[in-house]
Amino acid sequence: MKRFAQLIAQLETSNKTNDKIAALVSYFSTADEQDKPYVVAMFTGKRPRRPVNTALIRLWATELSGIPPWLFAESYHSVGDLSETIALVLPPASRNTDRKLHEWIGDLAMIATKDDEAKKEFILNAWDSLDTQERFIFNKLISGNFRIGVSNKMLVNAISKQSDTDSNKIMHSIMGKWKPGEITYKELIEGAHVNTDNSWPYPFCLAYALEAEPSSLGGTEEWQAEWKWDGIRGQIVKRNGELFIWSRGEELVTDQFPELHFLKDEIPDGTVIDGEILSVKDGAVQAFSILQQRLNRKTINKAQLKDAPIGFYIYDLLEFEGTDIRTEPLSERRRLLEELVLTFSDHQVAILSPVVAFTDWDELAEIRKGSRENNSEGLMLKKLSSFYHSGRKRGDWWKWKINPYTVDTVMIYAQKGSGRRANHFTDYTFAVRDGEQLITVAKAYSGLTDKEIKEVDAFVKKNAIEKFGPVRTVKPELVFEIAFEGIAESKRHKAGLALRFPRIARWRKDKKAAEINTLEDLRQLLASTLL
Amino acid sequence: MALITFTNKGIFCKQGGFYIDPWQPVDLAVTTHGHADHVKWGNKAYLCHDLTKPVLLQRLGFDLPVETLPYNKAISINGVSVSFFPAGHVIGSAQVRLEYKGEIVVVSGDYKVEFDGISTQFEPVKCHSFVSESTFGLPIYKWKPQAEVFQQISSWVSDNHEQQKTSVLVAYSLGKAQRLIKNLSGLANIYVHNSIANLNEGFIRAGVDLPETIRITPEIKKEELQQGIVIVPPALADGKWMKSLMHAATGVCSGWMQVRAGRRWRAADAGFALSDHADWPGLLSAIKATEAEKVYVTHGFVSTFSKYLNEIGIESEEVTTRYGNEDDEEKEILKEA
Repeated sequence: MKRFAQLIAQLETSNKTNDKIAALVSYFSTADEQDKPYVVAMFTGKRPRRPVNTALIRLWATELSGIPPWLFAESYHSVGDLSETIALVLPPASRNTDRKLHEWIGDLAMIATKDDEAKKEFILNAWDSLDTQERFIFNKLISGNFRIGVSNKMLVNAISKQSDTDSNKIMHSIMGKWKPGEITYKELIEGAHVNTDNSWPYPFCLAYALEAEPSSLGGTEEWQAEWKWDGIRGQIVKRNGELFIWSRGEELVTDQFPELHFLKDEIPDGTVIDGEILSVKDGAVQAFSILQQRLNRKTINKAQLKDAPIGFYIYDLLEFEGTDIRTEPLSERRRLLEELVLTFSDHQVAILSPVVAFTDWDELAEIRKGSRENNSEGLMLKKLSSFYHSGRKRGDWWKWKINPYTVDTVMIYAQKGSGRRANHFTDYTFAVRDGEQLITVAKAYSGLTDKEIKEVDAFVKKNAIEKFGPVRTVKPELVFEIAFEGIAESKRHKAGLALRFPRIARWRKDKKAAEINTLEDLRQLLASTLL
Repeated sequence: MALITFTNKGIFCKQGGFYIDPWQPVDLAVTTHGHADHVKWGNKAYLCHDLTKPVLLQRLGFDLPVETLPYNKAISINGVSVSFFPAGHVIGSAQVRLEYKGEIVVVSGDYKVEFDGISTQFEPVKCHSFVSESTFGLPIYKWKPQAEVFQQISSWVSDNHEQQKTSVLVAYSLGKAQRLIKNLSGLANIYVHNSIANLNEGFIRAGVDLPETIRITPEIKKEELQQGIVIVPPALADGKWMKSLMHAATGVCSGWMQVRAGRRWRAADAGFALSDHADWPGLLSAIKATEAEKVYVTHGFVSTFSKYLNEIGIESEEVTTRYGNEDDEEKEILKEA
């Protein structure tokens, strides 16, 4: 546990990728063998069942520290993290033990089935034997939720470096199905478990945003253009008679999309296709706001199936006749994919994502301007000779998105952030004008520099009108340009509409609150997307 | 009529005709300590502790009309007995005790309870009313004994030394800097920014036993700094000069470093929870020791702390002051330096 606590402290004190990778490499070179797979599992979001519910943990911590619950809540607002708040408010430990990480995890799994009294005894005992940083980690082990700025890719790169193994192989291996108690770190690196598993997807090949002019990419004949669809990226895996649908978040979402289950009888075994899950009605791709009605639902009713039918636009073929063909050039993979799709009995639901024909970059730029008309986000440019890479790699694939929508708003509420941003007012609520009133249209927190955040923070502190817990009402004075990707009707919002992916594009210090957009402007925009 | 009132100019003693730590110009400013949020330019006269005088002269001008008092010695101002008691916050910091017709009020300014090795240790003063800060008035703030924190800092410095990195400690010029110098002296040569060196000279002239430090000048080679410990104020920590130091590791010394968010916010290589303000147990023990019937809570987690005091049976009221922004102070010093 102490070694792991040290790793976490190192990961948190640097924001440089190289330092983090070095810390991980050092950890995997020196840590306890049995601990390592647990760490990989934790960092990739494989969580065990939560052994004790949060309300109880919170209650016990409050009791033990002898403070009233409201004061615990205030402390939590200030810290921004429950595990850390508990670690800090508890009285100092009376002793110190150094047990291994996997031993703690094992014990936590054991107490999951015990009664609350036994759980309480175990937890209180643990708290009393750990220092502040270790307590914080222990609490995180209970919640299973470690967010410490280590992406899957970073972890994979570190393990790859530490074990001198190809990073694709590692990514593949850790994305498969495995349990940290049943596999050694060595087996994990070697990928001993992945061949026996029918479901494993490949790491998605991702693209960087094209910042330069497309003409800098060279001759058009080397490139394939496609629409950049605005849905949920997905992989459909068919092996040994089983069909699996994975989302980009490495979640298995097979049950959410029954419309696609027919592919089980259409696709031969040993096939993996990559594409976009979209809502498609009468052959037309719908706005993301329609697809949203179908996401993250445990059950789907008839109305939803009717209002937001699902389609799958296929981009790529990754596995064919049981062979990984990701290192075949795109042109060849596309040829095989087209043949495969031709064999489908139905061509309404699983559709080949069309290639956009063009002869020169200027022509393509013109075509791109029409992206919103088919509810796409712009274009994708893929080199015909490109491999299907694991993750993001510069040069072969580019996303050439159209500019986001923007709206000028005024800030009306501010709230303290969490995590790194606790103690500063960093989460803002923005409004547009509706007659004489201001009406909330978005909440956003990203897009400002630390320096600007401090400036806004100072403004909020000086200009707070009212206080509701952590929220301050502020004088409507600061104008921000909010960028967003889409707009949808919403009964839950007072404005009657909701913006998708709102974020601060610019702080418009040059504008006054009187110059912001109106609700009517947004209503007109909404109407135009639903045509 | 209460002995003190909270006005838009500062904490006012009507009977005595003076203000304590006013933020608008007044005739007489009784000053708890030299941080810029507690003392402003433009008052007709100042009264402070002997060791705060060099700070005021340094910061507000050498012709400043300052009178001083040692700790524990009362003078009478318009019939109000005024005396200073150690606040333990920084060198020369004082609690102001006022007594008039049997009523005693103590305005503590900023304070900490633990002895820091250089500032005279906080002394609780029994009173009827106590004015307390609440900078770290949440139960998440519990400092480790300073010996442990200095142990951490020392081992961090030697790790840096092994990796041939310059150790740069970020600390307020007044208070934290002298505390670091006193407690790290002997470990390596200590190099300090102008704003710190100027204050140190004033303290040494006033008789403070402060270990020797070296003023950072453009002539000092970066390699030389690498062998030592560099102390700079926060306003300089993100600046050009820091970037010019190759292979530097920065360690921020501040109570805010207790929380991960605070450490990440500063994006420092290391954060040391070392504060010149009382922590949660420190605030509570100090307040209880005054046996005050009424506690006025100012700058910090004002409403939370005040609410808690009321809940545990200590009558308390929130008051609004303009103290608590020490970052502003650092900006002012840099302008001078």
